[in-house]
Amino acid sequence: MIDIENWDWEPGKKDIADLDKIRGQFGRVDEFTVSPDGEKFAAAGKLEDDTFTASVNGENWPDPVELLWYLRYIPDGRLIGLGRIDDQWTLLEDGKPWEERFEYLWNPKISANGKSIAAMYKRDNKYGIILNGKPWEQGFQAMRHYDISPDGEHTAATIQTEALKEADIFGFFEGVWSIAVDGKPWATKFVNTWSPAFNHDGKSVAAEARTDICDYTVAIDSVTWSGVYGCVWKPIFRPGTNSVVAPVREEGKWILAEDGKRIWENRFNQLWRVRFSPDGKRVAAIASPVFGRWTIAVDDKVWDVTFGDMVQEPVFSPDGGKVAALVKNDGKWSVAVDGLPWGEWFEMVWNPVFSPNGENVLAKAERDGKYLIVANGKLPAKSYDMLWDPVFSPDGQRILLRYVEDGKYHRQVVPAHEVFA
Amino acid sequence: MEELVEKKVVDAGLDETIKKLTPQRIKEVVNRVLTRENAARLQVYLDTCVHCGLCAEACHTYLSRDNDPRFSPVGKVKETLWELVKRKGNVEPEFIRNMARIAFTECGVCRRCSMYCPFGIDIAYLLLVVRRICSLLGVVPQYLQDTTNSHAATSNQMWVNQDEWIDTLQWQEEEAQFELPSARIPLEKEGADVMYSVIAPEPKILAQLLANMAIIFKVAGEDWTMPATDGWDNSNMAMYSGDFEIMGRVEKLHWETAARLKVKKIVMGECGHAFRGAVYDGPRWLGWQFPPIPMVHAIEYYYDILSTGKIKIKEKYKEPITVQDPCNTVRGRGLGDKLRYIMNTICEDFRDMEPRFEHNYCCMAGGGTINCGPPWKRSRMVSNKVKAEQLKETGAHVVCTPCHNCHSGIEDIIGHYNLGLHVKFISELLIETMEIPEELKV
Ligand code: SF4
Ligand code: SF4
Repeated sequence: MIDIENWDWEPGKKDIADLDKIRGQFGRVDEFTVSPDGEKFAAAGKLEDDTFTASVNGENWPDPVELLWYLRYIPDGRLIGLGRIDDQWTLLEDGKPWEERFEYLWNPKISANGKSIAAMYKRDNKYGIILNGKPWEQGFQAMRHYDISPDGEHTAATIQTEALKEADIFGFFEGVWSIAVDGKPWATKFVNTWSPAFNHDGKSVAAEARTDICDYTVAIDSVTWSGVYGCVWKPIFRPGTNSVVAPVREEGKWILAEDGKRIWENRFNQLWRVRFSPDGKRVAAIASPVFGRWTIAVDDKVWDVTFGDMVQEPVFSPDGGKVAALVKNDGKWSVAVDGLPWGEWFEMVWNPVFSPNGENVLAKAERDGKYLIVANGKLPAKSYDMLWDPVFSPDGQRILLRYVEDGKYHRQVVPAHEVFA
Repeated sequence: MEELVEKKVVDAGLDETIKKLTPQRIKEVVNRVLTRENAARLQVYLDTCVHCGLCAEACHTYLSRDNDPRFSPVGKVKETLWELVKRKGNVEPEFIRNMARIAFTECGVCRRCSMYCPFGIDIAYLLLVVRRICSLLGVVPQYLQDTTNSHAATSNQMWVNQDEWIDTLQWQEEEAQFELPSARIPLEKEGADVMYSVIAPEPKILAQLLANMAIIFKVAGEDWTMPATDGWDNSNMAMYSGDFEIMGRVEKLHWETAARLKVKKIVMGECGHAFRGAVYDGPRWLGWQFPPIPMVHAIEYYYDILSTGKIKIKEKYKEPITVQDPCNTVRGRGLGDKLRYIMNTICEDFRDMEPRFEHNYCCMAGGGTINCGPPWKRSRMVSNKVKAEQLKETGAHVVCTPCHNCHSGIEDIIGHYNLGLHVKFISELLIETMEIPEELKV
């Protein structure tokens, strides 16, 4: 989050926008988006002449474009969207298009520090990444996944290094996929690579690598682990280090490996979505201890409780002391914290949000078509027609609510003790 | 005669790859698959079979090839797995090539034969074990392997680039708006009720089907979305080539995409094998007993919107029409009654097939067979003789195929046997017949 201390944290409610008014200005209004500080409410809308613009608190961006979509607020409060101008695509920041134009531009990502914007592009039949308005110098045959470094200075993507003739299965197995970092390809090519991930300082990249039909491993800066596995899932760096951790499959079971060595005793039916505590000391992942049951494993200890439908990625509290996750059983969703599921179950729940001291958890949930903020598993008195994730003030004493009620979008700051009463 | 047909088939995926096989490698892979990956279930089936041959009459390849016992289900197992087990994997590369030919191109893993076996032996499973061995040895028909490679590299089966996918959806949204100005294809709408997923031939060669769905969803009042990232393709030919790691990877991304978009269910287009991959084989390989998010096949979805009146029929379709019961949704899931309800609601002159429901003959396109590509088309057509006769006997002018593989396979049969029929998806019939409320036309 950027600048969160300077947001208006005075308790109180503001009426920001009237949805009917916005809808009245356009032939079509797409999905609404709200700024992180809750002060702005926006949507892409189609004007009478079939061009598109963004409406921000009822005011339109002055220069409409041929098509506008993927309108999103980013952490520092800028509103971005993908726009088509003169049949070419670009990214718009607060209504201003980047200078570069592309045959196509998509999948914007924001760096963890919130400062940089990247996106994938196609130009002259080549694919590349543009970072803060500056495209890669070299484009590639094809491209699938990419990552942006935490400091926002670098990008890395899976790339196809050369064209293959139609149905060239032999060329494919010789290896034409690799990783390019800032537009420069690794020296090694693989049958496949997936899911590149940067380390903390943006100097190293890890990725899943496939070296033969059923040989999988992890590659870091183009060098693979010595071990070959039956399968691997996305590797990540341990925060603040150059160590890489990934789930790998051995003898039909999944284990957790760090730098090519097994680090957990437990072997699982499935193991994926590894996450570290912010200090890098604790590690958690989604695990299936037995067929058909799902839970979270933290530091090689498995929660006692398991769920039948699904478990989503572990979320550490800011101090790393607690772990929460979305869990689904018998078709309903809830949140479990340190292995204890909330008593209430919902049609949908959004990712849990920890208070800064890690003691409290909030989550947006849906029940009977209305949305509510569930606090430590307790139901609130109020529900809303639309709702965005709650935000804690830096001291944890206040909570920002962003919601639509009676056709109006409101921003409201409430004391935390009222929410958790 | 069939042997002659087979001998003419040149397929680099088999011919070139067997050249690299060594006896040691073959033995290693056979033992891995037979003893470590499949031991218990496989042994029970192999021990249970009494070689009675009752399964033979079930198989369209056997019936279409003058009851040649080599094409009976048990005959196919005898020539492949039994031999492998008996010889403990000590087989020569040419044996592996024959095995691949039988398992990939002469069996559509349709599971019709299991219904005729007194012990319910799942012969399709046994032939999938054969395919698994072939896949690990790298001996897979070239076009099927290429499709699997596409899944591995792009997460979709037709090398569709990400920009092409999104661009096609935006184009089809505009197309839909010519018919119905209020229609949309909402991309990346987090929290929608439904994620709609399709197979790659839709954006690649049948894009108008996407516009059709935009219209159908609008009229049905559905809150829906499609992802603008990989994970949109629900098809899975890796399941059929025997590359279960890639199968699992594709399905994982599909479910994770639905979970990311916070939808309550996935509605999928008219495809049968994709349903099998997404509901059964994929989740199970990954560790789920059931799909983590409900998966609704198009047949169930259309049944729902028609039976609840969300969509009304303005004028029924008049041409005599029959319907293909896809193996994976009718035999596999029991959607035959719902399919009949749809046909009778939309069509004036519906003529059923004989045999029908779970007893219907496979189109021999699913199961990865059509994906073995042009080299094997003629052989596939020979295996389709009974299917062609069955289609002809309905007297219909049109055949509705709620499955992409059935659609393409039956088009091939119609051409090869000069049947003069037309093929349509349910969505195409709906677009022709449904009522569009006036208030949506503005
Ligand atoms: S699964 Fe189908 S194609 Fe294969 S042997 Fe059985 S009936 Fe024949
Ligand atoms: S019907 Fe069953 S027992 Fe008889 S030969 Fe076929 S698979 Fe074997």
